[in-house]
Amino acid sequence: MNIEQLDFYTQAILSMAALVGLTSFLMLGQGRLLRLIFVFALQGFLLTLTTAVAAYSLNNNHLYISAVLTLVLKVIFIPWMLRRQVLQMNMHRDIEALKNNTAVMMGGASLMVFSYYVLHPVVQSSSVVMLNALAVSLSVMLLGMLLMISHRQAIAHVVGFMSIENGLFFAAIVATNGMPMVVELGVAFDVLVAAVLFGIFFLHIRTSIDSLDVDLLNKLNEVDK
Amino acid sequence: MIAAYLVLLIPLVGIFYFALAGHRTDSGKLNVRFNGVCLLATVWLAINVLNQGTIISSGKAFLIDPFNVYLIVLTAFVGFTTSIFSSPYMAHEKEIGKLTDNRLKLYHSMFQGFMLAMYLVLTTNNMGIMWVAMEGATLATVLLVSLYRTPESIEAAWKYFILCGVGIAQALFGTILLYYAAVQIGDGENALLWSVLYENADKLNPEILEIAFVFLLIGYGTKIGLVPLHNWLPDAHSEGPTPMSAVLSGLLLNDALYAVVRNKMLVDGAAHSSMAGYLMMGFGMLSFLVAAILLHRQKDIKRLFSYSSIEHMGLMTFAFGIGGPLATFAALLHMTVHSLTKSAIFVTVGHAAQLAGTQRIEQIRGLIKTQPKIGWGLLIGTISIAGFPPFGVFTSEFLVLLATMHSYPWLAPLLLLGIGIAFAGLFRHIQPMVYGDSPEGQKPITANLWPVTIHLALVLWLGLAIPGFLAHWFSQATLLISGSTPL
Repeated sequence: MNIEQLDFYTQAILSMAALVGLTSFLMLGQGRLLRLIFVFALQGFLLTLTTAVAAYSLNNNHLYISAVLTLVLKVIFIPWMLRRQVLQMNMHRDIEALKNNTAVMMGGASLMVFSYYVLHPVVQSSSVVMLNALAVSLSVMLLGMLLMISHRQAIAHVVGFMSIENGLFFAAIVATNGMPMVVELGVAFDVLVAAVLFGIFFLHIRTSIDSLDVDLLNKLNEVDK
Repeated sequence: MIAAYLVLLIPLVGIFYFALAGHRTDSGKLNVRFNGVCLLATVWLAINVLNQGTIISSGKAFLIDPFNVYLIVLTAFVGFTTSIFSSPYMAHEKEIGKLTDNRLKLYHSMFQGFMLAMYLVLTTNNMGIMWVAMEGATLATVLLVSLYRTPESIEAAWKYFILCGVGIAQALFGTILLYYAAVQIGDGENALLWSVLYENADKLNPEILEIAFVFLLIGYGTKIGLVPLHNWLPDAHSEGPTPMSAVLSGLLLNDALYAVVRNKMLVDGAAHSSMAGYLMMGFGMLSFLVAAILLHRQKDIKRLFSYSSIEHMGLMTFAFGIGGPLATFAALLHMTVHSLTKSAIFVTVGHAAQLAGTQRIEQIRGLIKTQPKIGWGLLIGTISIAGFPPFGVFTSEFLVLLATMHSYPWLAPLLLLGIGIAFAGLFRHIQPMVYGDSPEGQKPITANLWPVTIHLALVLWLGLAIPGFLAHWFSQATLLISGSTPL
């Protein structure tokens, strides 16, 4: 099948899926916090675009609401909050030396292949687009987890956490044209509360260990030291 | 149906009342009243269900059937008794300077928030809302785990937040896949309603549902505390205030398991294979055995009992996984008795820790000598949770064992071994704590052990004779879940 033969909507979704996947990889290799947050905002913006395109092509009004919610939460509010924290903490000059960067990137690539492998039986019956979109969103989730594992800064963990949410959102938009409205509002509310709580937590962690390096959170153990 | 709305409305009012009115000296008592009124509303709801059978609200947003109605009453009951315990306990914590007025305000407001999330998980008919409420329960309790603001409690809360947040995101992916399967057979806005999905379960694509169930089990399983996703649980239980440990262990874990079982019913309807059951059996058995062994290594009394919670949740997951009528009946009964016993134990443990001034097992000594009520409470609670007759835990564990011998006889020795290991693990720690001489200067404290007495009496009652209406609900729920009745 040639990509030019597909309709506009399908083509748009495919390119968006590729771009969203790309931003996940960009985040994975990023050692500077401000850039990490910028790429995260970019990913949020791509999601907004995807939602808007879907809303326009499918003539679905409630997807416009989702697009606005995403724009406000994932592109403006959360990146703004994280950026403010970084600047306040004076961490914007630090570069986190990532251990085994190559291995992490290779791991990320294999996670992507794995996502395709897992979802292949599911979407065999439906279109190629669906397979790509679902596999990309699953791999965005897995890459978000890998980001959390490979970075030590609490802020990077929050970015990873929120990008997992992005992956889920992408799946919901592409596979099912969004969840029912009441569910979507509920999820957005949860994300908002989670973002606020993360802000509170940064404060607590900072006052408690004087840093946001989560490797220092190691007091609780199965075995007494 | 009004009763169901009341059950949700009361804690909602509670959140805002406590948040806006600020902390007063009688906030603890008001919290008891809020929970008490809510308990009355749930009893009213239960009577309605008893008379009319399954209730679905007009917009199909809420569904009350025999499976969730007893869990709703149980939730309200444990919430009520825990708040009775919490009132003097938190006052004492404030007296010794561990808490401020502002934090108590947060505590009471979020206590109600947690109760609201629990009721919503149980009453909702929408699988998406169920997810939202489950995440809401994490968000409500995460600041309570770090209520004392010690480095350890902040670490525990961060771990809880991240692990449960990431875990439950998997459940959302599972829910999206479920929705994806559902929209293929039509009906957009209503496609996530459990009652609709259940009716059309045989038309859903089994392959999608099986993959969805893997994600759902991992997601909600993080909340149940299944090994190897259990790491947050002992930390959160041991570092948070004790009333929180009681409701987390008694309610949150149950509700997460409830969510898994609801989903399993859909997958079973679609797939006609036992894949979901095998997965639950595997995870359940692993959690059960690992937690039983880890009981032996604990140094902190609250960690000890949180591992015991993992062990029992593992057993329930295993029993639901076996799936026959007998095992399902046993699992439902076990959910009830474990919830009652474990919250009673955490109440006693809270008093014991206040008495000794520490949570370290080796420094808690001579409880019976200093304050017999607490010592005996802890001992009887442990006897009950370890599965001695005539308590209810014995009955349900015995039924699980019977069901295992019937369906998978080769797993029965493992089960017996696990119960034995857990028993030894609990008693090697409990015995020196309750018997023996008390350290010098250890003085009795004011303790309200009525919640413990009532809970343990109920567990004893359930062990001797299950009341007719409850047995009726259990068999109705068993019929719903496994397709036939045990009796």
